[in-house]
Amino acid sequence: MSALAAAPGTAAPGAVTPHRRPRGVVTGHLLSVLAWAAGLLFFAPVAWMVMTSFKQESQAASNPPTFFFTPTLEQYTSIIGSAAAGSYVLNSVLATGISTLLVLALAVPAAYAVSIRPVKRTQDVLFFVISTKMLPVVAVIMPIYVIAGQIRMLDHILTLIVLYTAMNLPIAIWMMRSFFLEVPAEVLEAASIDGASLLRTMRTVLLPMVAPGVAATALICVIFAWNEFFFALNLTAADAATVPIFLLSTMTSEGQFLARLSAASVLASLPVVLAGWIAQKQLVRGLSMGAVK
Amino acid sequence: MSATTGSPVGAERAATTRPQRRRPTGGESSRAEAWRRRAPLMPALLFVIICTQIPFLLTIWYSLRSRNLLRPEGEQFVFLRNYLDIFVDSTFRAAALHSILITLGCVLAALVLGLGLAMLLDREFLGRGVVRTLLITPFLIMPVAGALLWSISMFDPTYGLVNWLIGTVGLDPVDWTSRFPLLSVIIALVWQWTPFMMLLLLAGLQSQGADVLEAAQMDGSTRGQTFLFITLPHLRFYIELSVLLGAIYVVNTFDQIYLMTAGGPGTASANLPFYIYQRAFLGFDIGQSSAMGVVTVIATIVIATFALRLIFTSINSKEQS
Repeated sequence: MSALAAAPGTAAPGAVTPHRRPRGVVTGHLLSVLAWAAGLLFFAPVAWMVMTSFKQESQAASNPPTFFFTPTLEQYTSIIGSAAAGSYVLNSVLATGISTLLVLALAVPAAYAVSIRPVKRTQDVLFFVISTKMLPVVAVIMPIYVIAGQIRMLDHILTLIVLYTAMNLPIAIWMMRSFFLEVPAEVLEAASIDGASLLRTMRTVLLPMVAPGVAATALICVIFAWNEFFFALNLTAADAATVPIFLLSTMTSEGQFLARLSAASVLASLPVVLAGWIAQKQLVRGLSMGAVK
Repeated sequence: MSATTGSPVGAERAATTRPQRRRPTGGESSRAEAWRRRAPLMPALLFVIICTQIPFLLTIWYSLRSRNLLRPEGEQFVFLRNYLDIFVDSTFRAAALHSILITLGCVLAALVLGLGLAMLLDREFLGRGVVRTLLITPFLIMPVAGALLWSISMFDPTYGLVNWLIGTVGLDPVDWTSRFPLLSVIIALVWQWTPFMMLLLLAGLQSQGADVLEAAQMDGSTRGQTFLFITLPHLRFYIELSVLLGAIYVVNTFDQIYLMTAGGPGTASANLPFYIYQRAFLGFDIGQSSAMGVVTVIATIVIATFALRLIFTSINSKEQS
């Protein structure tokens, strides 16, 4: 079986493309066209959203749809200029940033304890940790709401930080574990023969080697925390509301809002879209919790 | 199976060094050693327990009591009455059915589309990287933005793009989210989750050894045979993994329901998470919504057990290879 083994680096697109017998040139072109058509079809709603965001409100909601128009930055400037939007963004940045740092601070040592110097019953620990990720959030929202209310933490950004940390911690432990397992044994042995202390080995040998893994883990945590809606909807109001809630607030019951909503959606999605585009490989690994490299 | 995904270096290391690392030496020092090993794990473990297990125990406790935030005086212990109530609640049963329909529909459609797209992308062509980037974008769009994009820009009865499109071939406009609420939600979900399936399956296709495919070709097997007898068995692990992980996320779908149909019309598209949310935050019925939460957890555990077993089979064979 190990004859099939692919080195971690070779999973990159194109690197292991199997050599196949030449197909008809026409069929090959057809398949390429089909791939492009599928890509454009899936992207079309996003393209439409971006287009709408550069329209005037009257052009955004028109029948038939407006395809040709003079683009305007009106929606973007009005959102970026508004103080209200700033507080949503700040809350999102705080909740995402601090929870991601907390996750890494907790997950890196924990992953070490289930990989390089494993505790007894490592499998049980891993099983328990990941099983918490599979519990439906709705099953715990009520007590969290009641407790947060009792300790006066409703509509407080700290509540979201704690919950987002708990939400991402299991994925991070699993991901970091899969990166630790890739550190060659000789490196660790060399360090222990040198008599380096645990913390020093960790800092000077291990962490630099798994730095790409830490970055990939952080990316996944950022994506999930930035996009989270359910907790934000139920546990925040005026003070701690995050960007997804801002999107809802752009929808007004009177008047047209589609262009403004589209511009807000583009801005809200941009950080994660860019990060995901750049780190496509890490995305795969993170989404499968380290199982697929 | 999963050896195909592990690195040769890692596998070799696992074989030579794992056993000696695993066993601390016996005696007095072994207990100290065990705690030294455990120490880095404890903060994370305690955090997880406090944030997930305690609330869940409270949910079980709430589910055995009658409590409605609108009627504070009536709180009492009712044992399993909340459970009996929800099982005779036809809306709850309908919501459970909708959960199953949405999950099955979305996961199967996304799997088939994702597999097709992964196979299209598993070959060299001009602009492959660009197409891949275009395809994964729906998954990266903020789910709230994606749901609103579908419910307004795409599905709006008067100015939605979909109605304009079907109008060009002479069809009458349709009020999608009212007439076909479940289908509308599933379409938006499939759009979001197909890239997820595609990414995992593409990684699976690309981890296939070129030598094996070449050998099959030399043995004279056709393209179809190679796919059926070599590629599909190789992909099995990736298919199972993407289906189970996808199902776990999709079964918890809330954003799309809340934003596209609000569970309606009536309760025609409420799934379990949305119905529980309604009972908890709009009806303030803590007892019953907690009981529904407990039932949902039990149902999810069934799926999750399969998922966990699969992932564990994979890491075990990886470590023993």
